[in-house]
Amino acid sequence: MPAVSKGDGMRGLAVFISDIRNCKSKEAEIKRINKELANIRSKFKGDKALDGYSKKKYVCKLLFIFLLGHDIDFGHMEAVNLLSSNRYTEKQIGYLFISVLVNSNSELIRLINNAIKNDLASRNPTFMGLALHCIANVGSREMAEAFAGEIPKILVAGDTMDSVKQSAALCLLRLYRTSPDLVPMGDWTSRVVHLLNDQHLGVVTAATSLITTLAQKNPEEFKTSVSLAVSRLSRIVTSASTDLQDYTYYFVPAPWLSVKLLRLLQCYPPPEDPAVRGRLTECLETILNKAQEPPKSKKVQHSNAKNAVLFEAISLIIHHDSEPNLLVRACNQLGQFLQHRETNLRYLALESMCTLASSEFSHEAVKTHIETVINALKTERDVSVRQRAVDLLYAMCDRSNAQQIVAEMLNYLETADYSIREEIVLKVAILAEKYAVDYTWYVDTILNLIRIAGDYVSEEVWYRVIQIVINRDDVQGYAAKTVFEALQAPACHENLVKVGGYILGEFGNLIAGDPRSSPLIQFNLLHSKFHLCSVPTRALLLSTYIKFVNLFPEIKTTIQDVLRSDSQLKNADVELQQRAVEYLRLSTIASTDILATVLEEMPPFPERESSILAKLKKKKGPGTVTDLEEIKKERSSDMNGSAEPTSVNASAVSTPSPSADLLGLGAAPLANSAPPPSSSGSLLVDVFSDSASAVAPLAPGSDDNFARFVCKNNGVLFENQLLQIGLKSEFRQNLVISSLISFLNHFLCLNLQTKPVDPTVDGGAQVQQVVNIECVSDFMEAPILNIQFSPKQEVQNIFKAKHPMDAEITKAKIIGFGSALLEEVDPNPANFVGAGIIHTKSTQIGCLLRLEPNLQAQKWLVTMDVMTENLAIDLVFLQKFSRTIGPFVAFQVANQDFDHKHSLKIFMSSSCSQVGRLAKC
Amino acid sequence: MMRFMLLFSRQGKLRLQKWYLATADKDKKKMVRELMQVVLARKPKMCSFLEWRDLKVVYKRYASLYFCCAIEGQDNELITLELIHRYVELLDKYFGSVCELDIIFNFEKAYFILDEFVMGGEIQDTSKKSVLKAIEQADLLQEEDESPRSVLEEMGLA
Repeated sequence: MPAVSKGDGMRGLAVFISDIRNCKSKEAEIKRINKELANIRSKFKGDKALDGYSKKKYVCKLLFIFLLGHDIDFGHMEAVNLLSSNRYTEKQIGYLFISVLVNSNSELIRLINNAIKNDLASRNPTFMGLALHCIANVGSREMAEAFAGEIPKILVAGDTMDSVKQSAALCLLRLYRTSPDLVPMGDWTSRVVHLLNDQHLGVVTAATSLITTLAQKNPEEFKTSVSLAVSRLSRIVTSASTDLQDYTYYFVPAPWLSVKLLRLLQCYPPPEDPAVRGRLTECLETILNKAQEPPKSKKVQHSNAKNAVLFEAISLIIHHDSEPNLLVRACNQLGQFLQHRETNLRYLALESMCTLASSEFSHEAVKTHIETVINALKTERDVSVRQRAVDLLYAMCDRSNAQQIVAEMLNYLETADYSIREEIVLKVAILAEKYAVDYTWYVDTILNLIRIAGDYVSEEVWYRVIQIVINRDDVQGYAAKTVFEALQAPACHENLVKVGGYILGEFGNLIAGDPRSSPLIQFNLLHSKFHLCSVPTRALLLSTYIKFVNLFPEIKTTIQDVLRSDSQLKNADVELQQRAVEYLRLSTIASTDILATVLEEMPPFPERESSILAKLKKKKGPGTVTDLEEIKKERSSDMNGSAEPTSVNASAVSTPSPSADLLGLGAAPLANSAPPPSSSGSLLVDVFSDSASAVAPLAPGSDDNFARFVCKNNGVLFENQLLQIGLKSEFRQNLVISSLISFLNHFLCLNLQTKPVDPTVDGGAQVQQVVNIECVSDFMEAPILNIQFSPKQEVQNIFKAKHPMDAEITKAKIIGFGSALLEEVDPNPANFVGAGIIHTKSTQIGCLLRLEPNLQAQKWLVTMDVMTENLAIDLVFLQKFSRTIGPFVAFQVANQDFDHKHSLKIFMSSSCSQVGRLAKC
Repeated sequence: MMRFMLLFSRQGKLRLQKWYLATADKDKKKMVRELMQVVLARKPKMCSFLEWRDLKVVYKRYASLYFCCAIEGQDNELITLELIHRYVELLDKYFGSVCELDIIFNFEKAYFILDEFVMGGEIQDTSKKSVLKAIEQADLLQEEDESPRSVLEEMGLA
C-alpha cells in the first residue's frame, strides 16, 4: 500500500485491495471477493441505514471487484442514491459507478436521469460537470431524449463557465453520435461556430471536435466555420512558442487544437474566398517550413507533437489535392521520414504516402522513392511497417514499374508473415493482371505465386488466370507449355494441378506436336497427380480426361480404361462417380461430331470486374483499396463475377449450352433425384423397422408413429405439448449401373453428415436439421438417432379463458395449488404472481408463476420460472408423468423418489395444462 | 474519436478501462483479451501503432504499465501518442512520480483525472494546469466534506 495518497482515501477500500493483492492463488482471491460481496450485500440489506461514507466505500469496493473482471449484479440502487447526495465525493463515486457499470439499456436510466436533471439545474459548476460527464459516458438514447434539447442551451448561455462549456460541447457531441436525430439544429449552431473565436483555448478545442462532427453531416450549416478555423490556425502557427502558455506542449503551440482545426478543414473543399485560401496556404507552408527547422527540444514529445500537426497538414493538402506545389513538398517531406530513425515516423510516412500516390500531381514524386520502399520491405523488423510498405508499393505501381514491384513482392512473399500472405498474393495477382503488357509474364507470375504460396492462393486467383488465358488466344500455347513444365516438378501444389488440368484440357492440343508433351505423356502426367488430390480437383481432372478424348482420339481407350476402373465407377463420392459414369457413356455412345460439339472450346468469359479485386476490397474494406482507376472500374453488383471453371464442365456435359457461368459444383447432380427402386427401398425399411423396437421405449407413443414410416417418407415422429418432431426422408441412390450388387458391395458403415443448426428453437418456430446418411455397408444393429431437447427455465403459454376472469376466484385457485400468492409484487396490479417450492427427497426447487390476464382478448398468459440449472430433459418422462400423475401433483408430493430433474419436468408440463384447466373450470 | 483506452501491466493485468462507445460486457472482455495479447507480444523497438480489427491502436509502455488507445481510421496517431504522455504526466504530477501501485490503490482518482482530460472520446482540455486545478478543487471539496474518522470507525467497530 502506498504510504500517502492525495485526498482522503478510503481505508477500508485500501485494506481490501491489499488483501486481494496478497492472495496467493486465484481461488484465494475469489474466496476473498465472495466474502466481501456477502459482507456488502448484508450491509446494503441490513436494517441500519448506511451513512453516505459507508455507502461510497462499498460502492467503490464493488467497482474495484468489477474492474478485476468479476460480474456485479447489485449496488446500482446504492450508487443512484449517492448521486443525489450533496457531498461532492459521494456524488462523484456514484457517477463513476454508473459510468462504468451501467450499460445504455439499463432500467435505472430513469432514476439516473432525474439525478442528472437536478445537478444540471443546480448551477454548481462541479455538479454540472459530473452530470455532463455521466451523460457522455452512458450516452444512451434515453439520455439523448432527456437532455439533447437542454445541453445546447448550456453550451451557448452567456453565463456558463468555461469548464462547463467544454463538457457541454463534448457531451453534445457524444449524444449526436448516438442519436443524431434527437439533437435539434437551431440558433445555437451559429453561436457554436463562434466558439472558434473564444478566448479560452480549452473551449475552442472542445468546440472544434463538436463542429467537425456536426459539419460532416451538415456541411452547409457550418460553412462559416472554415474562415474562422483558418484564422485561428493562422494565429496559432505564427505565435511564438511561449505565447499560448499552458497550451504550448514541449515548445509546440497548441498541437491538439491545430490537429483538430486541420481535421475540421478536411470536411470542406479548398476555401473559395481567395483571401482565406491564401491565408490557409500560408499556414500550410509555415507548417512545412517548421519541419525543416532544427528542433527546439531533443525530447521525443516535441518532435511527435510537431509531426502530428505536420501529418495532419499533409492530410489536408492531399484532401484538397489542388496545389501541386504543396503536394510535391509534402511528398518530399514524407520521403525524408521514410529514412528516419524513428520507426513511428517511417510507419506514418509509408501510410501517408499511400494516399499521396493516388493524386495525379504527386504520383510521379512518390514513385521516386521506390528503392527506399523496397528496402523497407526487406529490412524493417516490424511486420506492421512492412505491411505499410506493401500497401505503398501497391499504390505506387503503374505500367512503368509493375515488373519490378511484382518481382519484389514475390520475393518478399517467400519470407512474409503468414498473416499477410493472402493479401500479398491478391495484390500481386491484381497488379500482374492490370499492368501486363506481355501476357506470358502474367502467366509466369501467377504460376510463381502458386509455387511460392500455393496455400494462400484463393480460388478467385486461379479462376482469374483461367479466365484470362481463355479470353486471350495469344497466350494459350505459352500457358499450356508452362503449366506442363511446372507440373513436372515432383511435388506441386494442388492449385497448380487445377490450373494445369484445366488449361491442358482446353489447350493441350497446342503443345501435343512436341513429342516431349504428346497426348499420352500429358495424360499420364496429370493422372499421376490424381490420387493425391482432393475430390473437387479430381472432378476437374475427370473433365479434363473427357476433353482429352475429344482432343486426342488416339488415347481414348486409355482414358476409358481409367474411367471404367472400380475406383472411378464405384467411387463413394457421388460427384466423382457420376462424372465417371457419364463421361464413360459419353465417350462410348457419342459420335465424334457430338463429342466435338459438347466439348467445344470454352467460349470467352464476359469482361467484368476482377473477382480478385472484389476479394481484396472485401478483405480490406472498400475504402482501403486506394487506386482510383479500380474504384472507377467497380460497377456491377455482381462481385464474385468469375465463372467457376470446374462447374462449367459439368454443365457442358449435361446441357450443351455454351453459357459461361452456370451450376456450382455443389448443386445436386440431376440423376440423383430419381426415386429408388423397390428392391433397395425395402432393404432400408427393414433396417429401420429393426431399429424401431430399440427406440420405442425411449419415446412412448412414438413407436406407432415410427411404424408408419415403413410406408411413408414424411410424417410426425413424435409429439407432445412442448415439441413436435417431423421427419421428411428422401432416398437417393447412387448410379444404378451395376444395380444392387454394387450397392451392397459398398456397405462399410453408415456415413453421417449433419449441418449445424441454431441450437435454440423459439416458441412456435420450426428448425430444420438436415442429416445426410450414406449407407456404406450392411449392419445388424439398428442405428439409433438421439435427439435432445431442453425447454428454457422460463416457459410461457397463452390460452383462452373459458370462464369469466374473476380475480378472487383465480387467486383462490392459485393458492389451492399449494403456491403462495404474492400481492403487490407485479407493477401491473391486474397480474397474479405466485411462488412455491417443490419438495422432493433429494432437493427443493423454487418455482415462480405469473398469470397475466388479457381481458379484451379473454386470454391468459402464464409464465413459469423454475430455479434450477439442470435442464436436460427426457421426453419420455415428461410425457409419461403428465399423463399418469396428473397436474400439479408435484406441489403436494413431498417424498416422491425421483430426482429433481424429473420432478421439474412433471411440474412444468403439468403446470401449464393445469392453469389452462383452471381457466376453463 | 477515441473508442477506448486500456491500462494493463506487463503480466496482462488490466488496471483501467475506459470505453467511449457503448459495448457489451462480453465483447469488452474479448477485445481486451485479444488486444492485450497482440500488444504484449510486440518487441520494444517496434512502432507504437498497429492496425487492429477496423481500428488503429496506439500504445506506449511506461515502466511496467502499457497505455493503449484505440482510435478510428481518420484520427491522428502521433497526437494520440502524446495524449497518452500527457495523461501520464497528469498522473505523475498528481501522485508525485506515479507508479502502478498508485493506480491500483487509487483507481477512482485515475478515472477522475482521465475524465477531466478526455470526454466522449475527444480531448477536453490539453492544459495540464486546468485539469489539475479541477482535480485539486475536487480534493478540497472532499476534505471539507469529511471529518477525520478513527481507525475503529473505519473498521465498522465503533
